[in-house]
Amino acid sequence: MKNQTNDFVTSLWRFFSSLKLTIFLLIGLAVVSIIGTVIPQGTPPPMEYLQTISETKFELYSKLGFFNMYHSWWFILLLYLLTLNLVACSLRRLPHDWKLVNRQVTVLDEQLEKSLPNVQFWKVSQSAANLKDPVAAMLGQEFATPLVTKVNEEYHLFAQKGRFSRLGVYILHFSIIIVFIGAMIGSFFGYKAFVQIAEGEAASAVTSTSGEPINLGFAVRCDSFSLSFYDSGAPKEYRSVLSVIENGRLTVDHQAVIVNSPLTYRGITFYQSSYSQAGPPTFRFAVRDRKSGATTLVTATGNRPVELSEGETLTVLGYVPNFGTIFPGYTGPAVQVQMTGENVTTEPFALLEKYPAFNADKGGAYFISFAGSNQKWRTGLQVTKDPGVWVVWLGCFLLVTGIFVSFFLSHRRIWVRIGGGRIVVAGSTSKNQAVFRSSFDDLIEKLKKI
Amino acid sequence: MSSSLLFNIATFSYFAATVIFFAYLASRNKTIGLAGTLAAVFGFLVQTVAFGLRWKESYDMGHGHAPLSNLYESVVFFAWTIVLIFLLVDVKYRYRAIGAFVLPFALLGMAWAQLMADPLKEIQPLVPALQSNWLLYHVVTCFLGYAAFAVACGVSIMYLIKVKQENSAGTSPAGGVLSIFPSSRVLDDLNYRAIMVGFPLLTLGIITGAAWANYAWGSYWSWDPKETWSLIVWFIYAAFLHARITRGWVGRRAAILSIIGFIATIFCYLGVNLLLSGLHSYGGG
Repeated sequence: MKNQTNDFVTSLWRFFSSLKLTIFLLIGLAVVSIIGTVIPQGTPPPMEYLQTISETKFELYSKLGFFNMYHSWWFILLLYLLTLNLVACSLRRLPHDWKLVNRQVTVLDEQLEKSLPNVQFWKVSQSAANLKDPVAAMLGQEFATPLVTKVNEEYHLFAQKGRFSRLGVYILHFSIIIVFIGAMIGSFFGYKAFVQIAEGEAASAVTSTSGEPINLGFAVRCDSFSLSFYDSGAPKEYRSVLSVIENGRLTVDHQAVIVNSPLTYRGITFYQSSYSQAGPPTFRFAVRDRKSGATTLVTATGNRPVELSEGETLTVLGYVPNFGTIFPGYTGPAVQVQMTGENVTTEPFALLEKYPAFNADKGGAYFISFAGSNQKWRTGLQVTKDPGVWVVWLGCFLLVTGIFVSFFLSHRRIWVRIGGGRIVVAGSTSKNQAVFRSSFDDLIEKLKKI
Repeated sequence: MSSSLLFNIATFSYFAATVIFFAYLASRNKTIGLAGTLAAVFGFLVQTVAFGLRWKESYDMGHGHAPLSNLYESVVFFAWTIVLIFLLVDVKYRYRAIGAFVLPFALLGMAWAQLMADPLKEIQPLVPALQSNWLLYHVVTCFLGYAAFAVACGVSIMYLIKVKQENSAGTSPAGGVLSIFPSSRVLDDLNYRAIMVGFPLLTLGIITGAAWANYAWGSYWSWDPKETWSLIVWFIYAAFLHARITRGWVGRRAAILSIIGFIATIFCYLGVNLLLSGLHSYGGG
């Protein structure tokens, strides 16, 4: 009975520490990951997509967790299995590699000699005692300072380089666990939230992605928001100027936040994410009566008509921040307006802030120039608290280090035995045999000259 | 001289190099092989100058960003990295026949880029999300990685052709076009080495992308299709590297896995943008 349990444990251990499982999991993860890139993700998934699939498909996909695939139980299970496999593999192989790092066979006996891939020997006339120092010096100069052991009138030299490179693969695997730990810290102790703040207003609470309010413990004020465009009409910059007020004290004063330049305060980071209009825009016009020459200033709010004289109104139909996108060659803001008289309504026409002469003949009895507009904005900020992010970066650093060490560094060992009228040189490397062999041959050439 | 003229010259040079490499396969004349490499070197140098010039042109227009910001610029850069990795392999191993299987990738990229509509080729200012130094680090590491995978794929195709011929020819000495192919053992080894270079670069590309996403949006990983596909590619090559240790997966299976890996890479680079939606819309928003 006890044996049976042991067998079971052994086979379980073999299963979890096998490379076959690793390959199966890696390829399996690669294949199932495709699902979530083809099926739109979200809770609930986007309406436009749901309309294209049948009821049964929807039921099936929902049951399988395809709409939130990367957080579904089976995907997480695969990630856990990979982690388990990675730990088991490392535990299984570490003792052997640890021994190779720390304990070395420093004597080249016949058994070891037979097991090594690179062995060369030649006859010498000088005595072993005379040869050992120059050989050791040459080895130290060309490779690494050797350890000399004397056994039965024979001298054994052992030198090695890069023994810690054997640990690279463990650093690599360990780093992936660190990344996972960092991600977990983030999901347990951090949050992702969103807040909208109108210009001149402040917020002390944000809304998490699951819709719950989160108290910040301080207030963030949006002093101003502005947006600018390139001549092509593409966005150039979204800029929020933020201040932080904590316990009635101003602790951050007018700091600009743009995309790729967030504001971090007490471990909470605010990212420029979106913007919207806070109320209708206002438009200012200078209206000159062509007959009397008298100029009046009028302000239109949104699309509400504004009276110019009795029975005659001006209505703003639309606004573009950069007229150049519609009419190449022009820049700056423009409005589309319409005049309404007692019985007549004019065709809509455009007025440009930077070009007063543009459409100057329109407007009937009035010469109207567009003198600018005002828009109160509301900035949209992504709010993130992630205490695990530095753990993730540490993991990434170790990952790159581990890959570099385990791919490109090798543990190279060279043994020399001097005695019985012969010099025997043997060497081995943990990887990159071809490169090692050529440097081994170079070393032999140099040693033969002694 | 404008950068676009130089890009055209580079495209033509890669075309010439591809043709010469095929002529080399047919003739087995070493001088022709050298001519292929020289044509590739010439195209590479011209393209390097063109890249620098386009960067300068961007400064002159008041934008001043590296030419790595839209589909056109990325395809051109991809071609450049493929030729770079090919030339490094050529310098180190001198197996010229590889050129016939790697240069076509670079040529295809350049030809496609040059045939794009003019508005797509214009130097555009950067939208807010792309205004970051991470752009340079992210794009350079990713494409160097992709290029190494392209070379691995080309070598794997050669491997499959070579072993097929070796098997059918039995023990008789190899002749014909395939005689100047490196041996199947060398091809298998080169495939492995190219992936050993590509994998760390892809890893760096994913990490720099995550760091940038965290800096711009406050989330280092959001399972966006592009992110997910880069991880899929990473999984495939990780499987390749692990499968190699077990010894069973060398040769044919390794070559097939390498080709699948490169198909996934291309899907990650282009398929995601052209067929799926996500954060990487190449300067579109």
